[in-house]
Amino acid sequence: MPETILGMKDLIVRYSDKTVLQVDSLDIQEGEVLAVIGPNGAGKSTLLLVLSGLLHPDLGQVYFRGKSIQQENELAYRRRIALVLQEPLLLHRSVFDNVAAGLKFRGLPRADVRQRTEEWLERLEISHLRDRPAQRLSGGEAQRTSLARAFVIQPELLMLDEPFSALDAPTRARLLQDLHALLSQTSITTIFITHDLDEALLLGDRVAVLLGGILRQVGRPQDVFSAPSDNDVASFVGVETVIPGVVTISQNGQLIVDANGLQLEAVGEFPNGRPVWFCLRPEDITLSISDGGVISSARNRLNGHITRMTPSGPLVRVIVNCGLPIVALITRGSANEMKLTEGQAITASFKATAVHLIPR
Amino acid sequence: MTTDIFEITVLSLKVSLLATGISLFIGLPLGTWLALRKQLRGRGFILSIINTGMALPPVVVGLFVAMMLWRSGPLGSLELIYTPAAIVIAQTIIAAPVVTGLTASALQQLNPRLRLQLMGLGASPIQMVLSLWREARLPLLAALMAGFGSVISEVGASMMVGGNIRHQTRVLTTAIVLETSKGNFQNAIALSILLLILAYMVNLGLTIIQQRGTR
Repeated sequence: MPETILGMKDLIVRYSDKTVLQVDSLDIQEGEVLAVIGPNGAGKSTLLLVLSGLLHPDLGQVYFRGKSIQQENELAYRRRIALVLQEPLLLHRSVFDNVAAGLKFRGLPRADVRQRTEEWLERLEISHLRDRPAQRLSGGEAQRTSLARAFVIQPELLMLDEPFSALDAPTRARLLQDLHALLSQTSITTIFITHDLDEALLLGDRVAVLLGGILRQVGRPQDVFSAPSDNDVASFVGVETVIPGVVTISQNGQLIVDANGLQLEAVGEFPNGRPVWFCLRPEDITLSISDGGVISSARNRLNGHITRMTPSGPLVRVIVNCGLPIVALITRGSANEMKLTEGQAITASFKATAVHLIPR
Repeated sequence: MTTDIFEITVLSLKVSLLATGISLFIGLPLGTWLALRKQLRGRGFILSIINTGMALPPVVVGLFVAMMLWRSGPLGSLELIYTPAAIVIAQTIIAAPVVTGLTASALQQLNPRLRLQLMGLGASPIQMVLSLWREARLPLLAALMAGFGSVISEVGASMMVGGNIRHQTRVLTTAIVLETSKGNFQNAIALSILLLILAYMVNLGLTIIQQRGTR
């Protein structure tokens, strides 16, 4: 049973009488990566400032290994964690000096500082930039420096606040992969803040959804995405069918993904054997009553039965069990016309192009 | 005259450097505190007073300090009037607001999140402030130069509290006034050139420190 490294209870942060953050309870386990997702202005960064001890909540407590950080020595706590903000915020010094900064703050012997800094310059592939002034780095290089500066500390808890949101897509994808690898290698407990669902799925062992300053749902990614706790969470996460699978055939961009024994078609550039999240938006699912051999361009046709129907305004959310749960969103009119009821046999179909694959 | 000039120059330099040093000692921490304490009540008011202080007329400061230090004044018992110490006090009052105000504005120009980032990397409050000073070293050295410039060039305060006494409180600026009033324009011009060279040398030193490592 992993130990709870960070816990919080009844947190409230107000800015001039307006509550901007409210978290009743949230625990982070040793070694896990918690992805906190939410739109801009949801209170994600405020949460991170509170958890890093840089902002005092108006009410409530944050516990690090069972002890309240508000009552303990704040500096001692900050020296056990590392924070990476959205902008790299590097000092006007060399890359080496920037990466070494946290170790120097901790008063480590010079030889240790040098050795650990060199090691992390190497691991983030920026050794060749070690003497370059930080102002002369590209966005990606600067964020690598910023990550190295946090990892080199070997923190017990790493906090990342949307570190890739300002980067161009290819740079971001590479950094994300590298961060993913580093987190797996080091097993550092991490809180990763993002508004990007792909990033959350790739990195998060668990996902916490923060909307309007309130923590709405916490759970495994597939649970949060496939069973949103309410409509707000559902409309924010968008995709509601998230299934772990493995690419079994990859040919000219056409893929077969094995998910729970079902062979599903998708499009993408993934090698054979790559574990992926198989994601579907509910509005991309078509339901038909009998599969009478209709010729259709939908490459995936799954037979199953309806397990649950939930009306939601003019729409009905239908959960179909086809060996795995698939969520479809159809109009109330369609549901009435097809006389859909729970338990009824049905075929769910979707195009290979509707599938969104995320590496896991 | 040559030994006089040497004496005057050394005294000018001593008094103004000391006043600038004391101003730095007061202004750097005070300016930093004002820049970082965003929630401080009345911060805007304090900054406006300091910014006004940056434009204090030296002759007014001289009058105020002289009144304090006169034998009959509240601090008369210290017997400081017409001594170099009195000039240092007056010049400190002139330079301290300059250093404080420019320090505050130098630190306010830094990204406010840099502070959070430094703390988030484990900096103690002192380490955080030292790092911010190092980041703002260009405008901070400019603040120091402005402070020195404001006192090495002033004449009003030195005249009022120092009295321009030969071998005791005569500095370059007061000597220039005296020589000019006596009609010795050649001497006045020579002293002026000396003053300019002196100011240039000090600022050159500070500029070299400032520009080091800014490639």
